[in-house]
Amino acid sequence: MNTLATAADHAAPDAALPGLFDGLRAVFQRDLRIALRRRSDTLAALVFFVLVVSLFPLGVGPEPGLLRTMAPGVVWVAALLACTLPLSRLFADDHADGTLELLLLSPHPLALLVLGKVAAHWVAGVLPLVLVAPVLALQFGLPASAIGVLVASLLLGSPVLSLVGSLGAALTLGLRGGGVLMSLLVLPLLVPVLIFGAGAVQAHLAGLDVVGHFSLLGALLLLALLAAPAVTGAALRIALE
Amino acid sequence: MNTPGLVLESVACTRGGRTLFEGLDLTLSAGQWLQVRGANGAGKTSLLRLVSGLLPPSAGEVRWRGEPVAGQRDRWCRERLYLGHEAALKDDLDPLENLQSASLLAGWPASRAEARAALTDAGLRGCERTPVRRLSQGQRRRCGLARLLLSRSTPLWVLDEPFNALDADACRWLAERLGEHLQRGGLLVLTSHQSVPLPPPARELQL
Repeated sequence: MNTLATAADHAAPDAALPGLFDGLRAVFQRDLRIALRRRSDTLAALVFFVLVVSLFPLGVGPEPGLLRTMAPGVVWVAALLACTLPLSRLFADDHADGTLELLLLSPHPLALLVLGKVAAHWVAGVLPLVLVAPVLALQFGLPASAIGVLVASLLLGSPVLSLVGSLGAALTLGLRGGGVLMSLLVLPLLVPVLIFGAGAVQAHLAGLDVVGHFSLLGALLLLALLAAPAVTGAALRIALE
Repeated sequence: MNTPGLVLESVACTRGGRTLFEGLDLTLSAGQWLQVRGANGAGKTSLLRLVSGLLPPSAGEVRWRGEPVAGQRDRWCRERLYLGHEAALKDDLDPLENLQSASLLAGWPASRAEARAALTDAGLRGCERTPVRRLSQGQRRRCGLARLLLSRSTPLWVLDEPFNALDADACRWLAERLGEHLQRGGLLVLTSHQSVPLPPPARELQL
């Protein structure tokens, strides 16, 4: 036992200063690196987003007034789908290759590790959508100031989509047809984000103040940031039992 | 004074309504190892997952250094290493990146040089930068086992079928590493279908 005691004592100084965000950073960097090597996944979500948004003007017809009123809702719904649908794979790959166990066995808080995974997914998979949104909004003839509001609402709202989506992904982990079930679970929860996100742009188009919409989006984001990672972690522990 | 390292106290495990084992008592002290035997589906992996904390026991308690593991999560997570059936590797990353991210997550960050040395020792020299998807089954296994070399100061090793898919050289290499671990006063729990080239186990468990 002596050798063990010294080994443990030796490790103690490091253990006394556990970088709280070391685990988060490790997961974030790892997942981002994987996303960069599998660009086809990211690209597929992006192409899906662009296609869905572009189909609407073709289907509805070139009436500028109608398109302008529809634009916020169309872009937001397309972003919602393009963001949550690939999320069903968020933990499935890790589950299949056994690396999910590394997360659960880690001494780092599981909620922060989950946050690292979600952050990597958002940066690699959702941020590109937000960046192309202005170009798509031009198709609908939105004025420049409204495009600014649209991008800001997406920046504030889309992390909520990722966070709540991760919860759905954890709850449906290992189930057959988990992807469909996950959409059924998650999409109703995301209705408030859609209402206030698209609503902000519509309010701006109508000449109203958008501070209220953004405050509510911010509140939703804070709530999701606080609650979703911890609940997702608990769901993952149950899924792996 | 010799505190037992790992103690299982009348532990039971129920999976999907079926009781795999119950009333299991076990004590493992420094330098001892436990071999878990049993037919397929007898619950060997469940026992290992239970010992490593992935699976809560349906009854009973797992203790580490005299205290329940539930009350000392941080210390417990740093003092045991679990290697499961899967090698826990990311296909898109190379062995070096895999090893470094695994060691960061496990709470003992390894430098690039340490990780490289561990891979060389595990017989993966020259493949450090090959994506894991292009490695053979045995090489993946070696890459997973290289984590053992970086966790020398982790007292308890829990290994699920570590000798699977390894060639004769690698088996010998692994047995030497396990022997060294026991000599350092480490504890070892493992399952294996093959005969294990180690001194006879202190404890043997037939499920």
